[in-house]
Amino acid sequence: MSFFFEVLIGGLLAGVMYSLVALGFVLIYKASGVFNFAQGAMVFFAALTFVGLQERFGLPFWATFMLSLAAMVVLGTLIERIVLRPLVNQPQITLFMATIGLSFFIEGLAQLIWGTNVRRLDIGIKDEPIAAVLQHFDMAISSFDLTAAVVAGILVTVLAVFFQVTRVGRALRAVADDHQAALAVGIPLKQIWAIVWSVAGFVALVAGLMWGARNGVQYALTFVALKALPVLILGGFESVLGAIVGGLLIGALEKLAEVYLGPYIGGGIEGWFAYMMALLFLLVRPEGLFGEKRIDRV
Amino acid sequence: MFYRETGQFKTTYAADQALFPIRQDRHAMVAMVVIAFIGIPLFFSDYWLTALLIPVLVFALAALGLNILTGYAGQLSLGTAAFMAVGAVAAYNFQLRIPGMPILLSFLLGGLSAAVIGMLFGLPSLRIKGFYLAVATLAAQFFIPWLVTKVGWFSNYSASGVITAQPIVILGMAFNSPQKKYLLVLVIVALLALLAKNLTRSRIGRAWMAVRDMDVAAEVIGIRILQTKLTAFAVSSFYCGVAGALYAFAYLGSVEPDGFNLDLSFRILFMVIVGGVGSILGSFLGAAFITLMPIVIEVLLTRAGHAFNLTLEPGVTSMVQLLVFGGLIIFFLIVEPHGLARLWQITKEKLRLWPFPY
Repeated sequence: MSFFFEVLIGGLLAGVMYSLVALGFVLIYKASGVFNFAQGAMVFFAALTFVGLQERFGLPFWATFMLSLAAMVVLGTLIERIVLRPLVNQPQITLFMATIGLSFFIEGLAQLIWGTNVRRLDIGIKDEPIAAVLQHFDMAISSFDLTAAVVAGILVTVLAVFFQVTRVGRALRAVADDHQAALAVGIPLKQIWAIVWSVAGFVALVAGLMWGARNGVQYALTFVALKALPVLILGGFESVLGAIVGGLLIGALEKLAEVYLGPYIGGGIEGWFAYMMALLFLLVRPEGLFGEKRIDRV
Repeated sequence: MFYRETGQFKTTYAADQALFPIRQDRHAMVAMVVIAFIGIPLFFSDYWLTALLIPVLVFALAALGLNILTGYAGQLSLGTAAFMAVGAVAAYNFQLRIPGMPILLSFLLGGLSAAVIGMLFGLPSLRIKGFYLAVATLAAQFFIPWLVTKVGWFSNYSASGVITAQPIVILGMAFNSPQKKYLLVLVIVALLALLAKNLTRSRIGRAWMAVRDMDVAAEVIGIRILQTKLTAFAVSSFYCGVAGALYAFAYLGSVEPDGFNLDLSFRILFMVIVGGVGSILGSFLGAAFITLMPIVIEVLLTRAGHAFNLTLEPGVTSMVQLLVFGGLIIFFLIVEPHGLARLWQITKEKLRLWPFPY
């Protein structure tokens, strides 16, 4: 039984990492209706920039973090300016395809600037079982995963406060609700979108650091980010809460399936299990757990 | 001056609905067919045929399939490569398991198998739309290559699931030279393209477009959504399946399931976007463009490297390719969302009035 819980908790904590990536998707989708396929590439870009800066200048953690954040803000603003502004009022599917192109571009750019080597990223958290838990409950819970969970928790709280309390946050929610009405009451739409993309860049940086520290900073990071898609489907595109719950669900079920189902049908089911689950789930509830129900009108 | 339709009167409905109503278009088409069937195999080297023209044709077929689904029926799919894999594996197995199986029938059955699988993964499209569907098709993209790798039977228990395609023999004639393979692929692709063109002009094609433009409205005027969407998935997957079979049999010879990855799906999607969403001609233009692009980049980079005495790192070309691909997609979506096909159309409109545009 304790093994079951160990797997479950391990899965939940891994799910937190998915949620971190999914958060970035939700932010942009809520504010601009763009399903940003390039979020994964942004995670990769952020992590690579951080490692690259660290290697080149050897600055302390926070200085490097701020520099990378600045880079992400610049990237986000440029994306808004060059890619999305000309595409305003296009069908959503066009915007989606544009972000696919964008993700290719960012992946190429990141590697062109920083090289293709696999980098190790050390942010000072050890990836080993917590001794106390191991002793008392006989379960191996990684301290790294726990830290990731705490970071995600803080991030969500910060974002929630940002959205609920601050002036910019309220403007963001207004834009998400209705572009036209937001414009009418004098919210600067372009500025708001630049802010959203910058915030998404910030989330990407945090996610990139966590994932990078865990798996090394490499091209495969973009595939990990793809896993955020079933998470979104499960949770619903419009909901921050959905991203968290969806991430936890996917993480836990995926690990359980790998451990308990994997031996029977051959290993490696982690690659597709989340997608299949999302697919089946969609048949029952097409708008996701916390998504907004769509009403079709002619 | 030369491209005038003045004096060409249509006196029958058949003439009015002809594929190429303008005489000059018909002549140009005949010339193209003659060049493609006789000129190219005679004058192009083996390298051109095997490394460029065959893949362009194969990818054009796959892009055609995706274009039917995305461009005509409006359902975005990111699982094109998976359906190609189904076609390749099925054709291989029909060829392997049934002695004396005609290879063309294998291709056909491969396409049909892909159609069945495509319909299966198309089922959710009845309830979900847009990106939700796109992500759902990712399930096919990750599941099918995994299944083919894991279940040894599909690849006849070869190591790591590599499929070695059987030689192509039709009526005792071996299609082993590049010229013969090219001609075979050309015939199949030309016939299927003609079929696709006519499908899109028929009742079913119009139903697809109605569903694409607004599915609720289409339903109201009496189009059966279920049937329409599923036929779109079936026909599209059939094309992808045949393309997959040709990819394995006529182009590469041996393929591993991992070759049919997400990257390939994206490449085919790019062909559709660059070529022209909702255009048969666009599928061909896009396939040619996206296949030639990396080669042009490579040549240019090496030239530039020699000219400036730079030693390029080995990975740089592939990164520049990523950059150019991504940039191109964004560029096309912003500047010309209907792709190369639309540019060609504009050129033709201009040409009709040239040189006196008043």
